[in-house]
Amino acid sequence: MNFELDEEQVMLKTSARDFLEKECPKELVREIMEDDEKGYSPELWKKMAELGWLGLSFPEKYGGADFTFLDLAVLLEECGRALVPGPLVPTVVQVGHTILAAGTEEQKQEILPRMINGELILTLAFMEENGSLEASGMTVKAEKSGDNYVINGTKLFVPDANVADYLLCVTRTTDGANKEEGITLFLVDAKSDGVQVEILKTMTGEKLCEVVFNNVSVPAKNVLGEVDKGWQVVEKMKHEAEVAEAAWMTGGARWALDTTIDYAKERIAFERPIGSFQAIQHKLAEIALEVEGSTSIMYYAAWAITEDTSDIPMAASMAKSWCGESYKHAVFDGVQIHGGIGFTWDHDMHLYFKRAKAGEVNFGDSDYHREKVAKLLEM
Amino acid sequence: MDFSLTPEEEAFKKEVNDWLDENMKDLPDWYVRNDGSGPEMESEEQQAFSREWHKKLYAAGYVGIAWPKEYGGRGATLMEQVIFNEEMAKRRAPMGAGGLGVGWAGPTIIAAGTEEQKKRFLPKILSGEEVWCQGFSEPGAGSDLKNIQTRAVEDGDYYVVNGQKVWTTGGMRADWAILLARTNFDPDIPKQRGISYFLLDMHAPGVTVRPLREMTGYALFGETFLDDVRIHKSLMVGEKDRGFYISMGTLEFERSNASSAVGLLSSINELIALARDMQRNTDPVTRQKIAQFYIEANVAKYIGLRALTRQLRGMTPGPESAVGSALTQEMGQRLQDYAMYLQGPYSRLVRGSKYAIKNGSWQRSFLNSRGNTIATGTSEVKRNIIAQRTLGLPRWV
Repeated sequence: MNFELDEEQVMLKTSARDFLEKECPKELVREIMEDDEKGYSPELWKKMAELGWLGLSFPEKYGGADFTFLDLAVLLEECGRALVPGPLVPTVVQVGHTILAAGTEEQKQEILPRMINGELILTLAFMEENGSLEASGMTVKAEKSGDNYVINGTKLFVPDANVADYLLCVTRTTDGANKEEGITLFLVDAKSDGVQVEILKTMTGEKLCEVVFNNVSVPAKNVLGEVDKGWQVVEKMKHEAEVAEAAWMTGGARWALDTTIDYAKERIAFERPIGSFQAIQHKLAEIALEVEGSTSIMYYAAWAITEDTSDIPMAASMAKSWCGESYKHAVFDGVQIHGGIGFTWDHDMHLYFKRAKAGEVNFGDSDYHREKVAKLLEM
Repeated sequence: MDFSLTPEEEAFKKEVNDWLDENMKDLPDWYVRNDGSGPEMESEEQQAFSREWHKKLYAAGYVGIAWPKEYGGRGATLMEQVIFNEEMAKRRAPMGAGGLGVGWAGPTIIAAGTEEQKKRFLPKILSGEEVWCQGFSEPGAGSDLKNIQTRAVEDGDYYVVNGQKVWTTGGMRADWAILLARTNFDPDIPKQRGISYFLLDMHAPGVTVRPLREMTGYALFGETFLDDVRIHKSLMVGEKDRGFYISMGTLEFERSNASSAVGLLSSINELIALARDMQRNTDPVTRQKIAQFYIEANVAKYIGLRALTRQLRGMTPGPESAVGSALTQEMGQRLQDYAMYLQGPYSRLVRGSKYAIKNGSWQRSFLNSRGNTIATGTSEVKRNIIAQRTLGLPRWV
């Protein structure tokens, strides 16, 4: 029994924090948040590639470092703490890992090394106007036409499509009674004719896009996995995305907790530090309990993915549900305990506050995941 | 990170389970059915059952497994203790009698007692021949334990003790008590520096125990009155005036109980069964609630495993253990509350009533659960501990 980070993971965490404090200060986060075009910093992206972060969890033969998903979770936790803007998780987890899991050797060779060295940005075109995360929500059609498939329809909430080189598009190729059959995944060159990207304005400044596929022709060799059998691949991807988001949120929640504790020690009201009031102490103890819980359940879920255990769906849903609620709690009370200053644009708390609300619904809200847990318990 | 057990630990787990397979076969029907048809908790039949089970555990070497071998224990590793507690909780094995002696009095005597005390008391704690209770809390000193008023005044080779104790678990049946009493009355020293730790013969002249009836209607606890009770000096544990610190060690020992989350997971299984029986299991709101309990119990479990890892590295459970215990106790209460809620009008029926679900077992455990966030320090005090000792927030001055 050993449930703590090993030396290497602690080093990764420490060096990531040091690097991000220097290279991803809040000025940069704010600048990108208010920038209408890119939504990420190409300079920071390049540096992250040079540090090997983009290839951390990929095999050496593609230029990766051969670390585990758990190691990646450690890194993502720090990125969430620093609010690293841009397509890190979509590129590495949603698409990169999915190519690694389901792609042909040719697809892996073509994309992964260039993704890992920072040349290619990848993203996932998954949700649609119906907002569903289930197979029944997938209506964008792909139809066979000679050696190609032709995709038609609209994907919504696609992160960073404005800068992506490839879109991993989840399409419906066959429509039968069982909605989980007939799903096919395509790697679509974002510059293909008929792909139209429009940026949606978001509260966090993160770039979510509408992507319209208008008779987009994709060669059959760009099918990822098997035709009509894509949903299993999507399920696996979803669990990794859930845990990645949980890690991201845990990092942010920890920042909010640390920052608020520091403030409560320093801020004087009624001739004493506000942190000596039990009303404040109990709030902070509560958040500390919850964030401690986030760290614990998130690492467990990341470990389950690393070891490929049968507990992955349960662990991922527990982590996503818990971490989403505890992040929100941490930033809501973070604003409250900061008082007036916490409500200002100048203070950084609102950046986390907004990210918490975004993370809460990303890849399924807490109710959604509790229902998954109920199903897995065969309730 | 590695959640697997070593081959030795696996072998121990198997040994425990084999033993439970063999010995749980003979449990009475009412216990196996778990339908509330068993005897009353305080009845002689129930007590006899607990004593019988304790004897079996003792014969198999499963009482006080954490104790060093030289004192009759097994010298089990921390990991073996966790495995043992978890398997017992998972299998819903009965609790033996003598928990307080084995879990509190014994470890304290081992840690701070004299050789004579060890020889005299430890064997009988293990065998269950002598039953122990605890005399810490007083009407004016609960969570604020350092405020105790019971006085122990030197008189030759004896201390003469006067005062009143409360919340004496099983005091009516106990042979011995671990007792805290004030031995230094200097008003200028901090209160916690004037308290000593004694072993008290509950049959001694001047000791009176009255049952203390709780909101459950039962009397699991007692009030203990001490009138000129003479305790020989050889029955003091550790140094004079250092008793408060000795008792704090015992409290942290209790708080580090790593298997409580496993117990909660068993309760959730029963809650799911109840939801099915009440045909509420398809109701989305009910499903949300129960799933949340399950998530919380697991979060508590993994917080516990991280704390356990630190303990395995040789660090004490410390204030972090307050984190886990606050979580499990409060959750246990909410779970009990919800189990009542799920029963609708049936929740009003208690033991002995026609139509009562599981013969009122939930009603009993619901009422009982309200004490969980009070005993061993209220939730509020635990939050103070977390805030001040873990987060480093300033104390009110």
